Amino acid sequence: MDDLAWHSTGAMARRRLRAWIDRGIATLLFLAASSSVLITAGIVGILLVESARFFAHVSLGDFLTDTLWTPGFANARYGILPLVAGTLVTTGVALLVALPIGTIVAIYLSEFAPPRLREGVKPLLELLSAVPTVVYGYFALLFVTPLLQRVVPGLPSFSMLSAGLVMGIMIVPYVTSLSEDAMRAVPMILREGSFALGANRVVTSFRVVYPAALSGIASAYILGISRAIGETMIVAIAAGMQPNLTFNPLEPAETVTAYIVKVSLGDLPHGTIGYQSIFAAGLTLFLMTLGFNIVGYWLRKRFREAY
Amino acid sequence: MDPVQRVVLRRRRQDLAFKVLGIGCTLIGLVTLALLLADLAFDGLARINWQFVTSFPSRAAARAGVLSAWVGTLLVMLVTALVAVPLGVAAGVYLEEYAPKNRITTIIEINIANLAGVPSIIYGLMALGLFVYALGLGPSVVAGGLTLAVLILPIVIVATRESLRAVPPSIREAAYAMGATKWQVTWHHLLPCASAGIATGVIIGLSRAIGETAPLITIGALTFIAFLPPSPLQAQPPYLSFDWLKSPFMVLPIQMFNWLSRPTRDFHANAAATGIILVAITLALNSVAVAIRYRMRKRVKW
Repeated sequence: MDDLAWHSTGAMARRRLRAWIDRGIATLLFLAASSSVLITAGIVGILLVESARFFAHVSLGDFLTDTLWTPGFANARYGILPLVAGTLVTTGVALLVALPIGTIVAIYLSEFAPPRLREGVKPLLELLSAVPTVVYGYFALLFVTPLLQRVVPGLPSFSMLSAGLVMGIMIVPYVTSLSEDAMRAVPMILREGSFALGANRVVTSFRVVYPAALSGIASAYILGISRAIGETMIVAIAAGMQPNLTFNPLEPAETVTAYIVKVSLGDLPHGTIGYQSIFAAGLTLFLMTLGFNIVGYWLRKRFREAY
Repeated sequence: MDPVQRVVLRRRRQDLAFKVLGIGCTLIGLVTLALLLADLAFDGLARINWQFVTSFPSRAAARAGVLSAWVGTLLVMLVTALVAVPLGVAAGVYLEEYAPKNRITTIIEINIANLAGVPSIIYGLMALGLFVYALGLGPSVVAGGLTLAVLILPIVIVATRESLRAVPPSIREAAYAMGATKWQVTWHHLLPCASAGIATGVIIGLSRAIGETAPLITIGALTFIAFLPPSPLQAQPPYLSFDWLKSPFMVLPIQMFNWLSRPTRDFHANAAATGIILVAITLALNSVAVAIRYRMRKRVKW
C-alpha cells in the first residue's frame, strides 16, 4: 500500500493516529462500564467489612435468635428479629394491596381497555411511582392514619397497617407496568385460539395470557417485593421507630430500613458498635432482597415460554 | 332460553364484571394520587410565598423557609448529573456498540440489572463507608452528589442502551461505508440520533434523585442548616471556587422529613409546602420526559 503514489505519508500518520484515538476511547468506555462492577464490589465490601467488625462484638447466633433489639440500653441486645418482623409485616401488607390491584390493572389495560385509554392511563399511573417517598410518608401519617383511626378504633398514630397500605399503592405501577408489557408480548395467535374455542376475555386472560406471561409477571412481582423490603421513608415516618416483635399490622414497629435512618439521624461516631450495627442491618436487608431476586431468577427460568 | 344462550350471556356478564373491576382498581390508583395532591395543597399551599423560598429554617414555623434546602438540592443535583451522565452514557455505549460477546460483558450486564434492584438505603451505607470515611469526603455536597449519581447510574445506562438499539443498522452501515471509525460512527451519528431517548432517561433519573431521602440521611446530611455553601462564583480571580463541593448540605426531602417529624401543626404545614415544591419539580421533570418521548415518536421515522 505504501508505494501507491496517491497515498502520502501524512495520510498514513493521520490514519494511525485515528486508530490510536479509537483504541483509547474504547478503553475509556470499557472502564466506564466496569465501574458498575466496582460499585457492586464497593457495596458488598463495605457491608462485609463493617459487619465483620460488628460480629466481633455480637455473636451471629445472638443476632439471629435474640428477640430484643436495644442498642441504646446500657445492657445492649442485638437481635435482628424484631426489625425483620417489622419489614416482613409492612412488606406483606403492601403486597396484599399491590399484587392484586397491580395484576388486575395490568390485565385490564392489556386485554380489555381500548388502546387510547391505555396510552392515557399508563403514564398517569406511573406518576404514582414518581412521587417522592417522603411525600408518601406525609400522606400516610397525616391523611391515611387519621382516616383508618375512624374505621379501626384504637389504632395508634404510628402503625404498620397505614405505612403498608400506602407503600402498596406506591408499588402498583411497578407491578402493572412490567406485567402489562409481559402480557402484551404474548402472541395474538394464542388469544385467537382461545376465542375460537368459545372462551370469553376473562377466561382467555386468566387461563391463556396470564400463564403464558408468567415469567415476566414473576419479575414484576419480584421487583415489587424488592421495592417494599427496601422502602425506607414511608415506614420511617408512618410505622414508628420502636423495635417491636409482632406480626400484628395494627401495632407500630421499626423496620430494618427505619432503624438505619434513625441511627443516621443521630450523631454516631465512626467506629462505634452503633455505627457498625447499621451495616449489619444493611447486610441483612441486602441478603433479603438478594434472596428474593434469586427466587425470581429461578421462577423466570422455570416459567419461561418461548414462541 | 336455550342453554347455549344462557352460557353466552353468563360469559358476557363475566367480561363486564371484570371490566368494572379493572376500572375500579385503576381508579383506586388515580384517586389516591389525586387525594395525595389535594391533601398536600390543602395543608401547604398557604405557606408557599416569597418569604418561604428565601428564608433559612427557623425554630419559629412561620419564619422558617427552604432556602438552604433548595440550594442544597440544586448543588447536589449538579454533581449527580455531571458524574452520572458521562459515566452512564459511556457505559451504555460500550455495552451496546463495543462490547464483545464474552463472559466479562455478561457479568457487567447481570451486575447492572442487579444494581437496579438494590434498595436505595444500601447505596447510602456504601457511600457512608466509601465516600464519607474511606475517601475522606465527609458528609459534603460532593459525597451526596456521588451517592445519588451511583444510584441513578443503572437508569442512565439502560436508557442509553435502549435508545442506541432503536437506531437502525442502516445508519451505522452507511457511516462505516464512508470510512468512519467506530468512534466517529458513535459520536457523529449514533449519539445524536439517540440523544432524545438518552435525555429522557437522564431526566427520569434526576427526578428520582431529587426525591431520594434515605441515602442522604445515611451519609449524614444535615437536618438543620442556616447557612449556604460558598458561592461557586467569586469576585476576585480566579473567579471560580470549588469550596462548595466540600460544604455540608441539606436537601428538600430531608427538610420535609425534619418538619414532618415535629409534633406541631405549623411545622406540618411547612412540610406540606415543601412537599408541594418537591412534587411540582418531579412532576414537571416527568412531563418534560414524556413530552420529549412523544415528540421523538412523532418526528423520527426511520
